[in-house]
Amino acid sequence: MGKWTRRAFITTGVLTGGALVLGVAIRPGNRARKVKGMIAGEGETVMNIWLKIALDNTITVIVPHAEMGQGTHTTLPMMLADEMDADWNKVHMMEAPGNKEYANYALAKGFTIGDKDFPSFLIDTVDGVYLTITKQMGLQMTGGSSSVRFTGNLAMRIAGAAAKAVLLQAAADRWEVPLEELEAKNSYITHPASNRSEPFISFAPQAVELSQPAKPKLKTPEEFTLMGTSLTRFDVPAKVDGSAGFGIDVSLPEMKYAAIKAAPVFGAKLKTVDDSEIVNMRGVHKIVRLDNAVAVVADGYWIAKTALDKVKVTFEETGNETVDQKGIYAQYVRDMEASLAGGDEEKDINKGDAEAALKNSGQVVEGEYRVPYLAHATMEPMNCTAHVTADQCEIWVGCQNPLGFANSIAELLHMEPDQVQVHNQYLGGGFGRRFVDDVALQAVHIAKEADCPVKLIWSREEDMRHDFYREANISRFKAALDSEGKILAWNNQYLFKHEPPEAPHIPYDVANQSIHYAMSETHVPWGYWRSVDSSMHGFFTESFIDELAHHAKKDPFEFRRDQLSNAPRFLKVLELAAEKADWGAALPENWGRGISLHQCFGTIVAQVVEVEVLEDGVKVHRVVCAADPGFAFHPDGFEAQMESGIIYGLTAALYGEITIDQGAVVQSNFHDYQMVRMDESPKIETYIINSGHYPGGAGEPSTPGIAPALTNAIFNATGLRIRELPVKNHTLRPSEKILG
Amino acid sequence: MILKVNDKNHEVEADPATPLLWVIREQCGLTGTKFGCGIGQCGACTVQMDGVAVRSCLTPLQAAVDKEITTIEGIASGTALHALQQAWIEEQVPQCGYCQSGQIMSAHALLANNASPTDDDIDQAMSGNICRCGTYSRIKKGIKKAAAELALTSTTKIENNG
Repeated sequence: MGKWTRRAFITTGVLTGGALVLGVAIRPGNRARKVKGMIAGEGETVMNIWLKIALDNTITVIVPHAEMGQGTHTTLPMMLADEMDADWNKVHMMEAPGNKEYANYALAKGFTIGDKDFPSFLIDTVDGVYLTITKQMGLQMTGGSSSVRFTGNLAMRIAGAAAKAVLLQAAADRWEVPLEELEAKNSYITHPASNRSEPFISFAPQAVELSQPAKPKLKTPEEFTLMGTSLTRFDVPAKVDGSAGFGIDVSLPEMKYAAIKAAPVFGAKLKTVDDSEIVNMRGVHKIVRLDNAVAVVADGYWIAKTALDKVKVTFEETGNETVDQKGIYAQYVRDMEASLAGGDEEKDINKGDAEAALKNSGQVVEGEYRVPYLAHATMEPMNCTAHVTADQCEIWVGCQNPLGFANSIAELLHMEPDQVQVHNQYLGGGFGRRFVDDVALQAVHIAKEADCPVKLIWSREEDMRHDFYREANISRFKAALDSEGKILAWNNQYLFKHEPPEAPHIPYDVANQSIHYAMSETHVPWGYWRSVDSSMHGFFTESFIDELAHHAKKDPFEFRRDQLSNAPRFLKVLELAAEKADWGAALPENWGRGISLHQCFGTIVAQVVEVEVLEDGVKVHRVVCAADPGFAFHPDGFEAQMESGIIYGLTAALYGEITIDQGAVVQSNFHDYQMVRMDESPKIETYIINSGHYPGGAGEPSTPGIAPALTNAIFNATGLRIRELPVKNHTLRPSEKILG
Repeated sequence: MILKVNDKNHEVEADPATPLLWVIREQCGLTGTKFGCGIGQCGACTVQMDGVAVRSCLTPLQAAVDKEITTIEGIASGTALHALQQAWIEEQVPQCGYCQSGQIMSAHALLANNASPTDDDIDQAMSGNICRCGTYSRIKKGIKKAAAELALTSTTKIENNG
């Protein structure tokens, strides 16, 4: 772990998810020159750090985010091209180099076009961002559902509009006509009055010398021509013929392959290595001892892997060899109770007087919920190719933070970050896992010792057992209902707090709220997992709300609807989902319907799930998803992300469970860390509300709500309240009516 | 050893027990076929051997010599994409894309045996392939679209020939 990747970007509420951007603008004649060598080809004009124009008038948009299927390599160029009035058929995309010039200044500071300092629009729009982002220098991240809402909205659109403004000015100067008489369209500037028209490129060399406005006029949604349409993605063709280059596909001259085995117990150090069986094995090049792992470098991956299996390794004891899942939960409960008794908890929300209201109320309901550890299980197992020489290190990897990787590698090798070049590739799934630089550091270490380029590939077993896990957690609730069946008081205690900070918060009208949390450290490594804290709190809060509806003898949809008087956006989303799902319509026997409502990274999502409880389990038939992202810049891409997040969350809800035994992870591959497959995949319908609010994310917001909508539907069908995930651990019987 | 992949002979050198996957990727240089699990659970490594979809991570090299191997790189006709690939683009199926070579190769084998598969047929043929991005509904649409396109093309051919 590098010093950047953890806390650095999760300390603020403004940049939820952290992730960000950074990249930065070029000042003409200043930073433009620095990046020109990196991004510009023969005859191309670099207008600002985000775009360049070639002699044939094609425009290339530089995107400072990794493509992992979320479509960012297409949507961000659309945003820039629309504001610029560029011809989409002549727009290309280029991923920003993993270079400090693309991150040295924070977005706010860095996107100071021309010599103006810190444009006021940023102060107005994202108050406090500047301070936060400057803490994040050195980051070039993809995550936190941030690319469209921050990079796109705050940088790409402005870069496109600013470039257009100076191109128009240059044309006005050359043709000696008033600026207002000019039009920009399809990458041409036209003067209708004199019937003149020339491509952008013919004005680019003059335009780039002008100071680009920091606050160019942006289009209103009615003026959008590309934004809000579903253009085909740039990355798709290469993903249907095998040509897309993922990290694992990299090939270098003289490259060797490495397999690795790390200590099963997290934190254990290597003790002994007996490699006598393989030292003379054909094709084996080197056996590398790392701090907590052993690796074999060979002529091919299979040779490396089979040789590694023959190496006998022992590890030092850490004291965690007896830790198991039951013990972790027992520790959690002890720490929660001690923290509550000791009064040393962290307060999350404290409003009204929940304690008094709970004492004075007639009906108090309590519930305790649990979720297990989860692995990311990206389809592409962790891998990294590294080549280390005396004064340089290059790596090829698909990652969510190229600059963070470069910084930690530089630290490891005692080099300057400039000496480390990260060649980012397509990511075969990220979901938060590819923020962490562990595999890159291993690859660099191994390649240095092997003295040749090395491609390190983790086995699926290694991937499953050495992840950075969504933590197991416990959430305890106590709520009071008034005589009308409305929530009078809400007391919630949980463990840990990462991102987004509002994950445990509820949108409902509850005058008295006490939300608080304790800490309970374990040796199991934590990491960002799609939707982060919302992946747990969506299940916790929306399940308990459902319990309250039941106790209040109200319909779960109506119970929610009637307590959203201060949250009109939430109300609309909830009502749309209920309407589209035909809430209240009769269902066949053994079917159930459940609902949930949750906001995550700026997007509000309501889901209605229909299930059928069968003799051998549960069949999820249909998911209706209503979402308000403010504005869906690429509706089909947004819909695809809703579908994706739902399947990811459904997999976790039904099957996801990493358990710890003897200090190590029990599960190892897809046979015991099961995935939802096509035959279990429900019909998903997505409905989008473009409310006009500030844009929210797409990649994560649909994940949290599927688990509670599912378990609420199971309750509706069977009367069984599932308070601990995954669902597979519960025996469901058709028509069983147990009151939860 | 000679391995015939996509109608081309490759001289390869590896232990006969080496999984076909690694030979295709490292020695034939065809990296469209992916490593996902190594135990035949995920389908990312799916290729065809004499037209039958197999998991190349579990198929030893020795079982593949003298066979016609087809990988994702071998299903287009020159620059003309296969109907499945075209449908995948039209339906914007892939997200991260890592599993899609395997998905397409499984779908390709399905359509070779069943020109107009039902939803259940598709579920059955495709449930050995995991997609962590959850693109299942689009994969299903893509298969149906390709099946319709292929049916149309074959009808046209018959008409032309007739």
